[in-house]
Amino acid sequence: MSKSFSAIGQAAQGEEIDREAFTPGIEPQATWCPGCGDFSVLKALKGAMPEVGRTPDETLLVTGIGCSGKLNSYFESYGMHSIHGRSLPIARAAKLANPGLEVIAAGGDGDGYGIGGNHFMHTARENHDMTYIVFNNEIFGLTKGQTSPTSPKGHESKTQPHGSAKDPIRPLSLALTSGASYIARTAAVNPRQATEILTEAIEHDGFAHVDFLTQCPTWNKDAKQYVPYTDVQDSEEFDFDVHDRQEAAEMMHETEDKLYEGEVLTGRFYIDEERRSYGEEKRSTGEMPEEPLAERYFDAEADWERSYDLLDAHK
Amino acid sequence: MTGEELIWRIAGGSGDGIDSTSQNFTKALMRTGLDVFTHRHYPSRIRGGHTYVEVRAADHAVKSRGDGYDFLLALGDSFARNPQDGEAYYGNEEVKPLSENLDELREGGVIVYDEGLLDTDEVEDFDERVEENDWHVYPLDLRSLAREHGREIMRNTAGVAATAALIDMDTGIFEELMADTMSGEMLETNVEVLEEAHAEVSEMEFTHDLEVPTGSHDEEQVLLNGSHSVAYGAIDEGCRFIAGYPMTPWTDVFTIMTQHLPSIGGISEQVEDEIAAASLAIGASHAGVKAMSGSSGGGFALMSEPLGLAEMTETPIVLVEAMRAGPSTGMPTKPEQGDLEHILYTSQGDSNRVVFAPGTVAEAYEQSREAFRVAYEYQIPVVIVIDQKLSGELASVPASHFDREPNPDLGSVLSEEEIADAPHHASGTFNRFRHDPEDGVSPRSIPGQKDGRFLATGNEHTPQGHIEESPDNRVAQVDRRTRKLESIREDLDDKEHSNQTYYGPEDAEHGILVWGSQQGSVEEAVDRLNEQGESVKMLGVSDLMPYPKEDVTAFLESVDECLVVEMNITAQFRGLTQKELGRFGEKMSSLLKYNGNPFEPAEVVEGFDIQVNGGDEPPTAQTRIEPAAGD
Ligand SMILES: Cc1ncc(C[n+]2csc(CCOP(=O)(O)OP(=O)(O)O)c2C)c(N)n1
Ligand code: SF4
Repeated sequence: MSKSFSAIGQAAQGEEIDREAFTPGIEPQATWCPGCGDFSVLKALKGAMPEVGRTPDETLLVTGIGCSGKLNSYFESYGMHSIHGRSLPIARAAKLANPGLEVIAAGGDGDGYGIGGNHFMHTARENHDMTYIVFNNEIFGLTKGQTSPTSPKGHESKTQPHGSAKDPIRPLSLALTSGASYIARTAAVNPRQATEILTEAIEHDGFAHVDFLTQCPTWNKDAKQYVPYTDVQDSEEFDFDVHDRQEAAEMMHETEDKLYEGEVLTGRFYIDEERRSYGEEKRSTGEMPEEPLAERYFDAEADWERSYDLLDAHK
Repeated sequence: MTGEELIWRIAGGSGDGIDSTSQNFTKALMRTGLDVFTHRHYPSRIRGGHTYVEVRAADHAVKSRGDGYDFLLALGDSFARNPQDGEAYYGNEEVKPLSENLDELREGGVIVYDEGLLDTDEVEDFDERVEENDWHVYPLDLRSLAREHGREIMRNTAGVAATAALIDMDTGIFEELMADTMSGEMLETNVEVLEEAHAEVSEMEFTHDLEVPTGSHDEEQVLLNGSHSVAYGAIDEGCRFIAGYPMTPWTDVFTIMTQHLPSIGGISEQVEDEIAAASLAIGASHAGVKAMSGSSGGGFALMSEPLGLAEMTETPIVLVEAMRAGPSTGMPTKPEQGDLEHILYTSQGDSNRVVFAPGTVAEAYEQSREAFRVAYEYQIPVVIVIDQKLSGELASVPASHFDREPNPDLGSVLSEEEIADAPHHASGTFNRFRHDPEDGVSPRSIPGQKDGRFLATGNEHTPQGHIEESPDNRVAQVDRRTRKLESIREDLDDKEHSNQTYYGPEDAEHGILVWGSQQGSVEEAVDRLNEQGESVKMLGVSDLMPYPKEDVTAFLESVDECLVVEMNITAQFRGLTQKELGRFGEKMSSLLKYNGNPFEPAEVVEGFDIQVNGGDEPPTAQTRIEPAAGD
């Protein structure tokens, strides 16, 4: 499906877009620590946008709460920095309301896999046409280092002084069983791969989930994200078809087991180009208008039904 | 209350079609020119369990259920018995459509029951009570009759036909109504059952003299409930996005919207939970669509944080809170006005919202429209409060009430040309949240518009939307957001028609204050009291936040004392009034009810008597008086 441009924002057409357009002119209140992996996500995202060909005016970035949620402060676009765990429901409604917008949601592992886990499952299931970037630093950063859903078993923190008795969440597998149609993992230590993957994810027509391994040097000094990683697409060792659900599932299992053994695998794990996005499904059943709904409010000629014409059933 | 009226009750098992049958009967009465009003009683069960619907029809305006009723059609509960072994599922439920409904049947009333399913031997003291109350009893084998001509389920039709024959109504209107909703064999057999039953009963000898009143309307009427009114108000105000999660009784508004939106170019989303639902409304509204969500008590509790986000980011949304008895899951099918404080004060911080509580089915339409207008003009969340009673009761309203122009205007939103001229930060970022607007409203842009970029954040923020905690900025932003409520109050006060409802003689000595769904019963009580020689008027308050201080102050100053009627135990609305006005504590006493049933006019009359004529005894076992402060 070609992305239709909303009449509300015709800004992009013909314009040359460079990554600097996505740097806010306003000096943000600095909140990220020196050396934080979040800077790498920002950089990769800024690199991806010109590739995709979208302007800041056409882009809506919705974040949750956490250090990761501060992404909007450093990224110039329309934005909503919302509430803990709820970026996805906000983002997907915006996409339904105006399919012409490029909608990106972002947040941390606590935000997305913990408090927002239910929304993650359902947004993937519905396969909304949007990108979801999870800054996975295996820790709660902003609230100062508590155990997160991706912290390894045995992880000690002030809230888990005896070491976590819980197995970590398996985000890639969860995304796959929930229905995401693009699933990848990348890491802050490889900006080239990160930019490529984000570009692909944003261009993908469906729910693209990117588990982005980031380091939190402040609270999670021993996290695996520092160790060298392997790109599964570049390595001869791994031979699987990213379009095959079964093979992808097995590969994800292996990846998720190995992460906590110290071997970091990144790359594309599943791509389904056939599955229609939720918006397309809804349009095809007549449950959703063909034209971006938001545009109607700017169209002085638009027809607006009245309840008076619906009253027959009540007479 | 003078004039003629008929109150008919149909009772049976939940899931036996009592609702749709009574709706058709109500419509038929409306089409003969009568004003109608229904009251629903149902258990929190899907199939089986005693349920009834009461229909009041009169040649004058009816605003509540009456006290007692005239005609019982007891159909029997087809789910009470296991068809396999004939064993009762739930004790003696089978006779409940008969046994449970006798207490309120008026002297001289009529009983029709299905002798195919009900046995009067199982109803305690049935014959004695019949004699004592001079009831006229007509046992009819409705089940066999329906089976003979069609299917057993058509015993409802047979029952309606029997009713019509007994009160001298023509079956023509029923046939027309059936033709509206069915066709083919289904229609044919139903009509056959209808005619057969009518003919059979018409030939019987009647001992009663109850008849359907005659009435006429000056203009066309429509029959609808509070949920419809809220939904239609939303549609007319250009709302084209709804997200929700089912919870009784909010589900009604949600379903009605969902039935209409796709066909008029809108979007409805049933989502994973109420936090998501409210968040979707925020996302859609942020993207430039008029959006709503809603729930009932427990679900609304989950919306508390998104509600705060909408306020902080100044994203307009409308939420419906359809109250039922709480706390927790409380009584899912029973009304109460116990969520008021929850709705007013939920969400952290000095948060503000607008709260409207319509008092009648007709008002629900206007106030729903008003909710959207205010939300979008002032960029603030608005909550429409209804309850299980108002959401489900059917009333006849002149069709012309809905004959208005749509208003899809997005409110304080700039066009791209206006954005170009609007103040921007030196960096090119749009000043979305300016400190200076006098009315508190800083116009917004919509994602996709050229050069309108801003950040909407739940954190305190600068005019451009960037996180900022400096004292000066904090004060400026809090002051501005708070100013909006004052502007809204001025706006509402300036309007030609107040949302508040005045009823009764202007110079009355005594007052009754009421809010929400209990207004109709109070209006009827006011009429009766004045007929009895008392001097009473009513103020039905719909604006709960910002509170209509002037209206209520003037009302309270004009009366010697005032009874505040509401359905909760803690007198929440009276508390709000005292808090807002800071006085009148000594003038107000409360009449409270919290047993799951709405006020009947007689209870209000009785409560008023006790307040005015002394005594602090509870008027009935089911209501209670809370004396004025300092008493
Ligand atoms: C409802 C709610 N609960 C708790 C918090 C506190 N809180 C803020 S950020 C956060 C954890 C964030 O962790 P993560 O998502 O991993 O993001 P990071 O800071 O590591 O980027 C918590 C618990 C909150 N803001 N809201
Ligand atoms: S606490 Fe960790 S995640 Fe947060 S900014 Fe610092 S390094 Fe980054």
